Amino acid sequence: MVAKKGGSKGMGAAEDAEEELARTPLQAIILADSFTTKFRPITLERPKVLLPLVNAPMIDYTLAWLESAGVEEVFVFCCAHSKQVIDYLDKSNWFGQPNFSVTTIESHNAISAGDALRLIYEQHVIRGDFILVSGDTVSNMSLSQALKEHKERRRKDSNAVMTMVIKQSKASPVTRQSRLGTEELFMVIDPETKQLLYYEDRGDNLKGYLSLDKALLTDNTSISLQNDKQDCYIDICSPEVLSLFTDNFDYQHLRRDFVKGLLVDDIMGYKIYTHEIHSSYAARIDNYRSYHTISKDIIQRWTYPLVPDVQFFGNSATKLERQGMYRAPDIKQSRSSKIGPFTVIGSGTSIGNNTEISNSVVGECCSIGSNVTIEGCYIWHNVTIEDGCKLKHSIVCDGVTMKSGAALEPGVVLSFKVVIGRNFLVPAYSKVSLHQQPIRQDSDEELEYADNSSGITESPSVSGTLDLLNEEERTELPDSQAYEVGDGGVGFIWLVSEAGQEEEWRHSVAPIPVDKLVAIMQISNDEADLPNEDGAFLPPSGELGPDSITNDSNEDAEDIRDDSVIFEREVEATFQRAVEEDVTDDHVILEVNSLRLSYNMASADCAGALFSSVMKLALDAPHDSPNELYKNVVSTVRKWKKLLKYYLPSIDEEIEVILKFEEMCLESAREYSPLFVQILHHLYDQDIIQEEAILDWASEKEGAEESDKVFVKQSEKFIQWLKEASEEEDED
Amino acid sequence: MPDIERLVNDFVAKLSKRKVEGSQATSRLTAELLRSVVSLQRLPPTNSAAVLIEAVRGVGVKLVAANPVELAVGNIVRRVLHIIREEDLSLLTSKTSDLDLSAASDDEGTIDQDFDPTQSAAAAAAAAKSFLQPPSLHALLENMLDKAIPSNNYTSSSGGDSEEKSKADKLARTRKLKHDVIEAINILIEDIDTCHELIAEQAVEHIHQNEVILTLGSSRTAFEFLCAAKEKKRSFRVVVAEGSPRYQGHALAKELVSRGLQTIVVTDSAVFAMISRVNMVIVGVHAVMANGGVIAPVGMNMVALAAQKHAVPFVVVAGIHKLCPSYPHNPEVCLNDMRSPSELLEFGRFSNCKEFGMDSGAPLQVVNPGFDYVAPELVSLLITDIGGHNPSYMYRLISDYYSADDFDLQGRIHK
Repeated sequence: MVAKKGGSKGMGAAEDAEEELARTPLQAIILADSFTTKFRPITLERPKVLLPLVNAPMIDYTLAWLESAGVEEVFVFCCAHSKQVIDYLDKSNWFGQPNFSVTTIESHNAISAGDALRLIYEQHVIRGDFILVSGDTVSNMSLSQALKEHKERRRKDSNAVMTMVIKQSKASPVTRQSRLGTEELFMVIDPETKQLLYYEDRGDNLKGYLSLDKALLTDNTSISLQNDKQDCYIDICSPEVLSLFTDNFDYQHLRRDFVKGLLVDDIMGYKIYTHEIHSSYAARIDNYRSYHTISKDIIQRWTYPLVPDVQFFGNSATKLERQGMYRAPDIKQSRSSKIGPFTVIGSGTSIGNNTEISNSVVGECCSIGSNVTIEGCYIWHNVTIEDGCKLKHSIVCDGVTMKSGAALEPGVVLSFKVVIGRNFLVPAYSKVSLHQQPIRQDSDEELEYADNSSGITESPSVSGTLDLLNEEERTELPDSQAYEVGDGGVGFIWLVSEAGQEEEWRHSVAPIPVDKLVAIMQISNDEADLPNEDGAFLPPSGELGPDSITNDSNEDAEDIRDDSVIFEREVEATFQRAVEEDVTDDHVILEVNSLRLSYNMASADCAGALFSSVMKLALDAPHDSPNELYKNVVSTVRKWKKLLKYYLPSIDEEIEVILKFEEMCLESAREYSPLFVQILHHLYDQDIIQEEAILDWASEKEGAEESDKVFVKQSEKFIQWLKEASEEEDED
Repeated sequence: MPDIERLVNDFVAKLSKRKVEGSQATSRLTAELLRSVVSLQRLPPTNSAAVLIEAVRGVGVKLVAANPVELAVGNIVRRVLHIIREEDLSLLTSKTSDLDLSAASDDEGTIDQDFDPTQSAAAAAAAAKSFLQPPSLHALLENMLDKAIPSNNYTSSSGGDSEEKSKADKLARTRKLKHDVIEAINILIEDIDTCHELIAEQAVEHIHQNEVILTLGSSRTAFEFLCAAKEKKRSFRVVVAEGSPRYQGHALAKELVSRGLQTIVVTDSAVFAMISRVNMVIVGVHAVMANGGVIAPVGMNMVALAAQKHAVPFVVVAGIHKLCPSYPHNPEVCLNDMRSPSELLEFGRFSNCKEFGMDSGAPLQVVNPGFDYVAPELVSLLITDIGGHNPSYMYRLISDYYSADDFDLQGRIHK
């Protein structure tokens, strides 16, 4: 941290050309509004940037970081609850800092980041390159390197308008979300220039594959597709960015509209670059889960020096004790109470007898009674928790009272000043507020982002189980909304909206329940875990090709499948895609060949796999009787005859196909067993399988066990007929 | 004229954000800040020293709270307080010696207690007059014999002649006090600046021809010490343990080689293997405690233990500004700096092991303490600006440089 300021100054002095840039002070824009509803209902009463994160408002982290990184002028854009933000900044000393001026820009009608930037553009306050962050960013990165790169690029190419800061972080292979609770991010980056070429942050919409523009491959000598990066939402922008927002008045979201817009639109030729940070920390609080994760990172000191025992700004200092336990000097703690590791206790808090607190943050001036259990919770200031309460993985806001014996199940959020009645059990993932839940999503802001929450589309089976689960939940919830939080409780339980249901566990502070994980694992096993492997063979130059394959097979270690099974599944998926998208035979052949190479398979395996795919396709088509099924087969085979033929250059492959078919009839597709002969005959008629293959197969089966000979026997007549025919031919 | 509060807040911010690091830089800046505090402080004609002390202490408490780990801050604050007391005392002595020779006759080795209200009745009475020299044994005896003498002196000096003269006198004295204190702080700053040279001068007495010296991490003091010996044509070899996780040893080794010293770099874990070949361990430290134990970069205790096992002298070089008058209590926790785990490993690479969201048991935990505590039994010699000392001698040095009243800056001793 010492070198930071000196570093940026020295850089300016060293290079004359940079002098003019160095003269304008380094500016930053903080968006003190995330324009989303993820933190509802808390954000109905207080803006998100003022919510305490390990007992200090989020915006203090952002400002303290910007200040130490050498930013001189900061514009804080306030929208929702703007008065509270301004009042807070007034009360704290941010306005009076030397060499660090903080100015607020207020607006009441901005409904998106785009609006905010358009408004700032109109004010003409930004004179040079600036840093664009939201007020919920926690970081300790040094900006000097990223700025230097940005300015150098700018000098060479004035179209390089933005540098995005990214960081390594792999999404969980099971839930397809990062540890910050955001969805898996796919980016295509030029490994040489670090230019961003493609950005897709709604991975779940991909249905397991990703389509890249062909131009990407033709225009660039090499690209790398990365899915192990996290977007830090720290952007170094040129002034053009603001005017771009003004020109494109429909740009709303920074990533979804602006970044993707620039990437797609190549008329203007604007370019976006990335800067990867390694050892320093940067993350944004986007949802409850990232609130939880980042809190833990702060407690584990990854954000040093922005940690609870350093007074980075106005926060009251606590003392770090063994095992990551922070305690303010003036707490009243009973001797029989136990405070576990990774816990922060704010000043003025009292803790009663036999109370156990672990993995939690407790704010200032809270009073916690006796025999209370608190695990993984975030308790803000002035909270009263009476004797015998049990709290698990919840957020409890300022001024809440929990009467004795009340309990919170994982994922609960209690908004400001709620009172939970005696012995009342708040069901999991429920949100309790003094405000009524808006019946219709009425405000513009909500409409704008209403679809956000439904970003995740899961396969029907998941929603099925979830629906069941929610059904149970709903029966617990009272129908009438009037203060139903127990005896003497005050507050409304917000019903989870239909769209948000399955998202709750993804984004809550509670750990993901095991049964959910198991459910997803099963689905991903059933449906073949495609996305990663697909990504792996698309860009052969990508550095994560082999990596992701090994990763995935590692993850599913509990059901070790040998390569051929995976291979078959892959081929099947490829084929399915070909059917859905009407891909020509040639392309399918190409893909199957590449698969074959990567799994080191014989061409016979390809034939078998493809054949079974074709048959499955026919089986999937609607049919009522074996007769119709047969017709399906006929038509499907006709369609894909060329493809099948391609992989059947010799008798061996054909035998493999017959064996495969036999296997299918026995195991996976029993519907075919009565049709075996018919289909075999059809294949023979179509010249897909030659008589030699059938005869060889029959003779091979001669010595097999009785059970194996079912189909040979079934097709005895046919074989007989074939034999005679061939003899006749011989005779001729 | 810069506002003093702003200066203080600036420095507090720098300290708390860890923008100022290293004991020498910190202590120098602290001394400079306190010098401006002293020079900008408006002093009343009477009791000026007490006002000054309160001002400096007030600032000092803030500074110490800003970075409690950097003990040098507290040391310098205490040094400045001590300076004020001393200067006040010497002014008093010169003053009273004009008036009363007998009272000034014996001021050697006195304990200054002039503003402590808990003193003996005689001293308290004298302090109230703010004129009398603190009671040396001799003076106490004198007072016992004749309690009237000081008060008589007082009345004769101020009341007797003329009011204006005494007022001007007091003003001049206040000004003189300020001036003297600033002068003394300047000397202190100079001492801090030159401590390396003073320590390095002693190098030839300790480093002999063809010896092998081991050091850990990087310390400017140790570096200068080694270079000074080299300049005096001593030829010796240096083994540098790299000092994980900050690896400052690498930089040190580079510089030593550029100075023409034979240098070997080893990992920290290889220290024990090397120690049998080493004649002496010379290290710089973060702070020296009152019992002679030292707070040093992490890994030092291991080196000290290895040195003890092979009876290799473990020599600590430290400027006197690192001498801290407090005793270590639970030093592994209380006097330690838990630094960012990212110094040990990159965040992204292990982000999967740090998953709190999953129910997969305890997440990966990375702990990165900044300092080790080396017990005084393991320290063979402490070399400071003023020579080499046994660790057990530290208490004596402390009484030379600090006033007992200032040990607790919060002033909780004063009821």
